[in-house]
Amino acid sequence: MNALAARRRHPAVLTVLLLVALVATGCAYAAFAPKPAQAATADADQVAQGKKLFQANCATCHGLNGEGTKTGTGDQIAGPPLAGVGAAAVDFQVGTGRMPMAAPGVQAAQGVKGAQFTQTQIDQLAAYVASLGPGPAIPAAADYDYSNADAAKGGELFRVNCAMCHNFAGSGGALTRGKYAPSLATVSPKHIYEILNTGSQAMPVFNDTNLSPDSKREIIAYIKTIHTEPSPGGLKLGSMGPVSEGLFAWVFGLALLIGFAVWLGNKSA
Amino acid sequence: MSDHDTPGGEVARTDGEFGATAVRLDEGHVIGDGGLPDRFENPGLEPHQQRMSDQSEAGAKRAEKQVAALFSLSIIGTIVFVVAYFALDAHAYVFIPGIGDMDYSNAVLGTALAFSLLGIGLGAVHWAKTLMPDEEIVEMRHPMRSSDAARQGVVDTMLDGAEGSQINRRPLIKYTLGGALGLFAIPLGLQLVGGLGPLPKNGLSLTYWNGPIGPDGKPHFKPLRLMRDPENTAIKVSDVTVGSVFHVQPEGLLDMDSGVLEAKAKASVLLMRLPPDTITSRKEIAWGHDGIVAYSKICTHVGCPVGLYEQNTHHLLCPCHQSTFDVTDDCRVIFGPAKRPLPQLKIAVDDEGYLIATQPFREAVGPSFWERGSA
Amino acid sequence: MTTSAARPADGLRAGDVPASPPPSAGSKKLGGVAGWVDDRTGAAGGVGYLMKKVFPDHWSFMLGEIAMYSMIVCLLSGVFLTFWFVPSAGEVVYHGSYAPLQGVTMSDAYASTVHISFDIRGGLIIRQIHHWAALMFIVAVSAHMFRVFFTGAFRKPREINWVIGCILSMLAIVEGFAGYSLPDDLLSGTGLRAAEGFMQSAPIIGSYLAYFVFDGPFPGEAIIPRLYSVHVLLIPAILIGLFTAHIVLVALQKHTQFPGPGRTNDNVVGYPVMPVYAAKAGGFFFIVFGAIALMAALVQINPIWAYGPYDPSPVTAGSQPDWYMGFADGALRITPNWFEFDILGFTLSLNIALGALLLIPVMYGVAMAYPFVERWITGDTREHHLLDRPRNAPTRTALGMWALTTYGVFMFAAGNDIIAIKFGMSINDITHFFQFGLFILPLIAFWATRRICLSLQRHDREKVLHGRESGTIIRTAQGGYFERHSGLDPYEQWTLVQHEPVAPIELEPAVDENGVARPAARKDRLRARLSHFYFRDVVNPVTPSELAAAHHDGQQHEAIEAQALSHSIEADPESASGSMHVEEGSEPEPTGGHGH
Repeated sequence: MNALAARRRHPAVLTVLLLVALVATGCAYAAFAPKPAQAATADADQVAQGKKLFQANCATCHGLNGEGTKTGTGDQIAGPPLAGVGAAAVDFQVGTGRMPMAAPGVQAAQGVKGAQFTQTQIDQLAAYVASLGPGPAIPAAADYDYSNADAAKGGELFRVNCAMCHNFAGSGGALTRGKYAPSLATVSPKHIYEILNTGSQAMPVFNDTNLSPDSKREIIAYIKTIHTEPSPGGLKLGSMGPVSEGLFAWVFGLALLIGFAVWLGNKSA
Repeated sequence: MSDHDTPGGEVARTDGEFGATAVRLDEGHVIGDGGLPDRFENPGLEPHQQRMSDQSEAGAKRAEKQVAALFSLSIIGTIVFVVAYFALDAHAYVFIPGIGDMDYSNAVLGTALAFSLLGIGLGAVHWAKTLMPDEEIVEMRHPMRSSDAARQGVVDTMLDGAEGSQINRRPLIKYTLGGALGLFAIPLGLQLVGGLGPLPKNGLSLTYWNGPIGPDGKPHFKPLRLMRDPENTAIKVSDVTVGSVFHVQPEGLLDMDSGVLEAKAKASVLLMRLPPDTITSRKEIAWGHDGIVAYSKICTHVGCPVGLYEQNTHHLLCPCHQSTFDVTDDCRVIFGPAKRPLPQLKIAVDDEGYLIATQPFREAVGPSFWERGSA
Repeated sequence: MTTSAARPADGLRAGDVPASPPPSAGSKKLGGVAGWVDDRTGAAGGVGYLMKKVFPDHWSFMLGEIAMYSMIVCLLSGVFLTFWFVPSAGEVVYHGSYAPLQGVTMSDAYASTVHISFDIRGGLIIRQIHHWAALMFIVAVSAHMFRVFFTGAFRKPREINWVIGCILSMLAIVEGFAGYSLPDDLLSGTGLRAAEGFMQSAPIIGSYLAYFVFDGPFPGEAIIPRLYSVHVLLIPAILIGLFTAHIVLVALQKHTQFPGPGRTNDNVVGYPVMPVYAAKAGGFFFIVFGAIALMAALVQINPIWAYGPYDPSPVTAGSQPDWYMGFADGALRITPNWFEFDILGFTLSLNIALGALLLIPVMYGVAMAYPFVERWITGDTREHHLLDRPRNAPTRTALGMWALTTYGVFMFAAGNDIIAIKFGMSINDITHFFQFGLFILPLIAFWATRRICLSLQRHDREKVLHGRESGTIIRTAQGGYFERHSGLDPYEQWTLVQHEPVAPIELEPAVDENGVARPAARKDRLRARLSHFYFRDVVNPVTPSELAAAHHDGQQHEAIEAQALSHSIEADPESASGSMHVEEGSEPEPTGGHGH
């Protein structure tokens, strides 16, 4: 015990830890890195390519044929069955970098570096998963073209259907046991449209019988409006509501005024 | 010790007498006090340090210029404000590093106002610090207590006054006055409290789902369709797929001319579809339709809308105080400060395939209140 | 010989300007208007007295001024807002310049607030000034309360002012809540919804209370106008009245001061209102206003247009009140749900009532009672105008930290969802942490604060007894080494030794010398126990004899060169040469005289 504690301070420890981390990262990358794929020429070919990609990258959790594996312990999720999730789900999950996950966890997070596959590869994967069972298809560009949608109407829909999890400004919010609703600031219109249709993890499904395609476009228009419009009053403080404002008042406001008070109370040189 | 000692008494010492002070033996290696006093003496004010502006006229001149510069800054701020008020487009935006795009006029007007004010403030304080006298003034304090004579004077005046008023000799006046003064606030209080609002009666226990109140004062139930909120369209049973969540208002509520918010505050409902085999409560299955269940959206804690439905865990979370309800088990509370499960709305499918409520809520929705159980 | 022998400790130095200079020639210039007024009011005497009043300088004394000035900024900007704000729940359809709300149905109150923000030139800056000033007002009130508590400024004769201050603080948060609910946006409306739930939880009268306040079912159309009346008329009137009393008492009792050379319990050392404090305090108003304007210019607060109009069905993630209501909200978040009981068919919702209805009165009740409790425990009935350095009252400081930590747990618990997403933690774990933390963290804070205070006091003793390390190493003739310690100058030293030695109240024997039992012995026992708790481990200041002994008998490495000393005792040739005896004739007289 003592010997271990002593060694913990050894200068080499940092180097060793860094090396271990590097090796681990490398292994993980090797395991999940995309294999070079040829451009698909036909749908059947696309499905076949997709299957290859799937078996190399997804089968560990989702099973060799997408049949899924047992759910992980507790809150951890691992490999739900994929028949019927549809191409839209694949395009969203892989396109936002949520899949493939490095390890089972409470929640698959949006990829820091974006998607790990090219759009061609994602389309192949989507084609393969779509072949497992009918599900929502990848929307056409016209489906999520929000240029003529009414953002104000979208605001009303957003507040009823979305704000309780994603917050009034789409900055995200907490769910139970470490899960969370992510920020919507950087999600593309296509991905918003897809996730509404398919649902994902904790997020429920808002398919066309729930929110009509028009409503979806209105919601997209609202989200894009609030994220592109300037903030009228200045620094947004994360759009998290009164908590950040109170913190700012205590930390910055009070410090500024105390600074002035100290200057006022000090004798001049 | 009396209650009104004069200030300045350095009392409560461990020992009042010289020579008998118990000096600690562990620090200072001393036994006895050697006849020294048991307290140090106040050395008096520190020597005054001259400022730069006291030492040379050049220093003072520099301070004068600094103060004048600060006041000038204020004048400039004021002018900028006035010019910007008329010149700036009210809806123009400006990019500010670290902030991003913001309202141009807000940034300019606010900053100009800040300089206009800070210039005066900083100038005045700098003036006080550098040029005004900086030698401390000593003002003496006096005990807050009045002299005994003054106190006695007040007592005498009051007693004399009471004597003059004969209040002690005329008990009839004394007691009726007491009664009158004790009661006079009642009319005012009664008017205020009585006029503030109606009695709740059973208002907290009824919702729009109970149906309109008839002439007999009782609600008349009729099955109402479940409508999407805010689209106000009816929901077909086939519309509700597994994993979906619908925000629901009763049919007709959103068409009302008045009282919409009051009705919504009690009637809002959340409609979800779960895989039927995940539901463990038999009542929940019976009151639902093929895994489609409807629950009040109003938290049983303090009434926030419980809108956060996690479709993978089937948990409902309230964003206000994190009460968590398990939709697979009749919305039992599994975390947080709420005590009671969310009330379930019994639903069925009408002839045209739309979802309807077949009975109103069987208990009061929303926050607890004292007579909740008896209503 | 001694500095203080020449003049009283609270007197002036040679060459200091006397407090009241002779009448100047300027009186003629001011004569016109002032004379006219004085002819009719006789105010010259009083004004002259006020203009000469002395205020001590310390940054922490400005915290109360920050509060005062923020309040004035609130009043000013609030008057502006009333010209455009429409306190009505009447329904309108929005057709202003903010596009994302076009055509949305909302209340007059909300529409007019959006109108102020976007269509009144400079309206947004006034709104943001008003809200930032309100936050800073309560921040400064709290910081001011901490200062007053930790320095013992609430002691006699200032207990009344402490109680007034507590009421002001409580009113300020109610005023804030009322104001922040007025715009009728989604977030504040959710707050009102919760407030209605709080009222319903009141035992027996809950539903009546809620119906009376809201004039029927929630939300109704009455609450906005009623809150408006409370926010702009009722509470401001009480606030200003109490605040005036607060200030008058400060002037009457004169400001407290920190201990230091020349500062005694009988004087105030500082600068007169005219001209120094007129410029400093007057200038500080502009500084506070300017700083708030700067915040309002660059930092957005309460973007009500983004929240949307209130509607009972939607809600936003991260629903919190403004920070000063956070502690009550946090208390609700961590109260376990088994505090709700069914009694004979009636519902007693202590899971709500404890945090929502009882916490605020209890918290302020404890705060207001503290000066009287401390006075009873210490038996100290004297007037105090010299502040305690917080370390010199370790138990009080520790109790204060205990209370602050409790408050902090409640307040941070209100941000559990924000903490969860910002730090990637589980909201459930955070809530459990705060539930246990409520009991454990304040105890840790209490213990740690007290230990820190005691060691700071010992450090002070060390510094006085052995001086400070000079960094100069001396080699002795015998070949040893020691570091020279340089002595403190008497001014510096005085600050470290000025506080009173204290001891717990000793329990008198339960029976007197004749063997007769004393009545009320139980109350005395409790008091003795509390007194022991209060003064336990107390570290008393260095006495002159201890210092003399340290210099005489101390180890060589602690020896302080006699010439480095300037204090009267050490400067005494006999003392410096090692004698324990001081000439009888020198008659050292402690400041302030003996106890009575």
